[in-house]
Amino acid sequence: MDAALLGLTTIIVGVGGCIFYFYFSNVVLDKVIFPAEGPDAGRNINRANMVRPWLFLFPAMFALGLYLAYPVFETLRLSLTDRDQGGAFVGLANYNQMFAEPKFWEALRNNLLWLIVVPAASTAFGLLAAQLTDRIKWGAAAKSLIFMPMAISFVGAGVIFKLVYEARPADQSQIGVLNAVWLQFDGGFGSFLLLQALPALILLSFAGIVAYVGWIFVQPIANSRERGGGAGFVPLRLFVGVAALYLVYLSLSSLVGIFTFTYPYGEPQTWLTIPFWNSFFLMVVLIWIQTGFAMVILSAALRGIPEETIEAAIIDGANPFQIFFKIKVPQIMGTIVVVWTTITIVVLKVFDIVFAMTNGQWETQVLANYMYDKMFRANDWGVGSASAIIIMLLVTPILVWNVYNARKEMK
Amino acid sequence: MDNIAGSKSSLGWAVNISVVLLVALWVFPTFGLLVSSFRTADQIVGSGWWASMFPSEQTERFRASDPDENRVQNGDLFVVEGNIFEENGGGGDIQSWGTSSRAVDAYQPGDVADLGDGETFSVDADGNYTWSGNEEQISGRGQRAFVTAVSPPEFTTENYVNIMTSGNDTDNMAKAFFNTLTVTIPATIIPIVVAAFAAYALAWMDFPGRAILIACVVGLLVVPLQLALIPLLKLHVGIGIGKGYLGVWLAHTGFGLPLAIYLLRNYMVGLPRDIIENAKVDGATDFQIFTKIILPLSFPALASFAIFQFLWTWNDLLVAKVFLIDATGQTTVMTDQIVNLLGTRGGNWEILATAAFVSIAVPLCVFFAMQKYLVRGLLAGSVK
Repeated sequence: MDAALLGLTTIIVGVGGCIFYFYFSNVVLDKVIFPAEGPDAGRNINRANMVRPWLFLFPAMFALGLYLAYPVFETLRLSLTDRDQGGAFVGLANYNQMFAEPKFWEALRNNLLWLIVVPAASTAFGLLAAQLTDRIKWGAAAKSLIFMPMAISFVGAGVIFKLVYEARPADQSQIGVLNAVWLQFDGGFGSFLLLQALPALILLSFAGIVAYVGWIFVQPIANSRERGGGAGFVPLRLFVGVAALYLVYLSLSSLVGIFTFTYPYGEPQTWLTIPFWNSFFLMVVLIWIQTGFAMVILSAALRGIPEETIEAAIIDGANPFQIFFKIKVPQIMGTIVVVWTTITIVVLKVFDIVFAMTNGQWETQVLANYMYDKMFRANDWGVGSASAIIIMLLVTPILVWNVYNARKEMK
Repeated sequence: MDNIAGSKSSLGWAVNISVVLLVALWVFPTFGLLVSSFRTADQIVGSGWWASMFPSEQTERFRASDPDENRVQNGDLFVVEGNIFEENGGGGDIQSWGTSSRAVDAYQPGDVADLGDGETFSVDADGNYTWSGNEEQISGRGQRAFVTAVSPPEFTTENYVNIMTSGNDTDNMAKAFFNTLTVTIPATIIPIVVAAFAAYALAWMDFPGRAILIACVVGLLVVPLQLALIPLLKLHVGIGIGKGYLGVWLAHTGFGLPLAIYLLRNYMVGLPRDIIENAKVDGATDFQIFTKIILPLSFPALASFAIFQFLWTWNDLLVAKVFLIDATGQTTVMTDQIVNLLGTRGGNWEILATAAFVSIAVPLCVFFAMQKYLVRGLLAGSVK
């Protein structure tokens, strides 16, 4: 095998080269440049110790700079130039062109939808799984099975769920689980209960939670008016309040939709071609993968909660739900935020799932796939880079937040 | 703790049932693909994979073999004998049979059906039939029979043999498998070596600018690699690497470094200070401390990162598509090949399911074998 030989050579050259570099650069530093003998021995040792960290760091810093830091600026530059004009500076022309494309707005809208749904659902399922599995004997085995999808590639998961969503003509037997289940519904009482009453309940509770969270954010403003005290972040609070109001409106209007919609009972559905809803069927794949991650981290956090707090709550007569929501969740809020932001980053980069399952057809486009389309299919580096910069902009708040936290921790 | 409030007994069964449901929901999709990969194309199209787990009852129409060729004279009678499964395919345990579509379960196995004027037909449980009558009756077309048989679950490894040895370039996964392996191993090992030295410097050596460098690494952790595609491809083409293994190894090394440095530094910083200071007092150089003390002690962190990087490079599609796979397609990796199969073989689930499982199998084995380290790495990488 030619490639295998090349691979083996690369390992030997790469690893050997690294060790050779580290070893001999140290030897050269200690023996040749600043030898630890002669009249300047003491000063030389100090000098050598000042240089040594940079010897250790150099390969990594060089690779990081070349492969991650430099591309950020190069992409920014490319997004402001036009390849067809020999790389001439064109200002914001690429951005204008991109903003004029409906496909871009579709991708952005879908991405925002992904950003709301996937981290929320994964964290919620993860928290549920963590809490439930901590209390039973075979919890470790259950955890490892829920965690398993982490090892499966997005492409593999895409194939797995394509089989779940597979649709065949009505007169043949269905081989996709979802359609087989769907055909069991006939519009009777059971269908009403599962397809109208249950979603309505979920929507209502979602609207309730959102309204509650919005109120928590807005309340201090009202209070501060009365008392004349200051409530920080007023614009942010107002923004959250308005966003919550919008989400409540959205869920209440879809509530009406649930009851007025006539379900096509008895007809197999091609789930991935139903506009708007197909995005959700794609999100299920990522939620399925990320729940295990959320569960593992949150489970560790739950274990770290001091038992005294829980015992005190039990003695005070709290029921299990109160213990969970009022004692445990507030104590692991920091970890929940970490999990949420980590999954958010994954969502922003999501590419393989959409690429493998729909390739952005039927209004399922997302930014990463849009960018790939522009760069490698349309060969339009300008617009492609511009959309990559949009992804970067969306990531930046999390980047700043992470760096801020890391610095705070080191002090 | 739960016993104090006595809540265990009341909620215990509800918790158990919920977890069973949750686990079932999570395993079900993968299990479906696994089962499908062991079924033939006809079976997959014929029924849902969940049906294949149980014995299936099927009623099929058979015809006795051509009487003009196969009849045997026995005294006055002519007889045709044979086995319906051997002649028509299929198999199983016959529950009932009939000779008319209006009464497919008229007879039990072993019964003799009287077709009038001395013509008889019988089928036993194994599918052996006897059809006898006079010369005129046993002629023309073979006698019809409707047979209801229960066949046991049937699985085959044929799909795997096909996909690994197929002569068809788009179907054959063997080459893609080795290509993936070729990408993965150097791309896992090289960043570990580079990152370990840097992590040691960031954890245990004092120099100005250390805090800023650590902050930079934390920042680079989340930089989307989408930004790196075009600039680096330009760079690779510019310095003559072009698209190929070397490019993909370098790219994976670069993209894996922030996590590697971050994980290893967090781990190394937690090692006991005494050991390192004692070694320094005894005259050990930094290089010796690193290779003799830090590296062996950091094994769990090294293993964690190795698993991450292995899973990530094995499952990667985007980096391989951009930096590795050229127009000839000779260096295709499994993920890319599966995406292509989804396009060309969209309905051939026996190929798709098997191909997907070939690529999923290795990471799953690594996952179950090294789960401890994976969890440890996740916790070190996120909770901090």
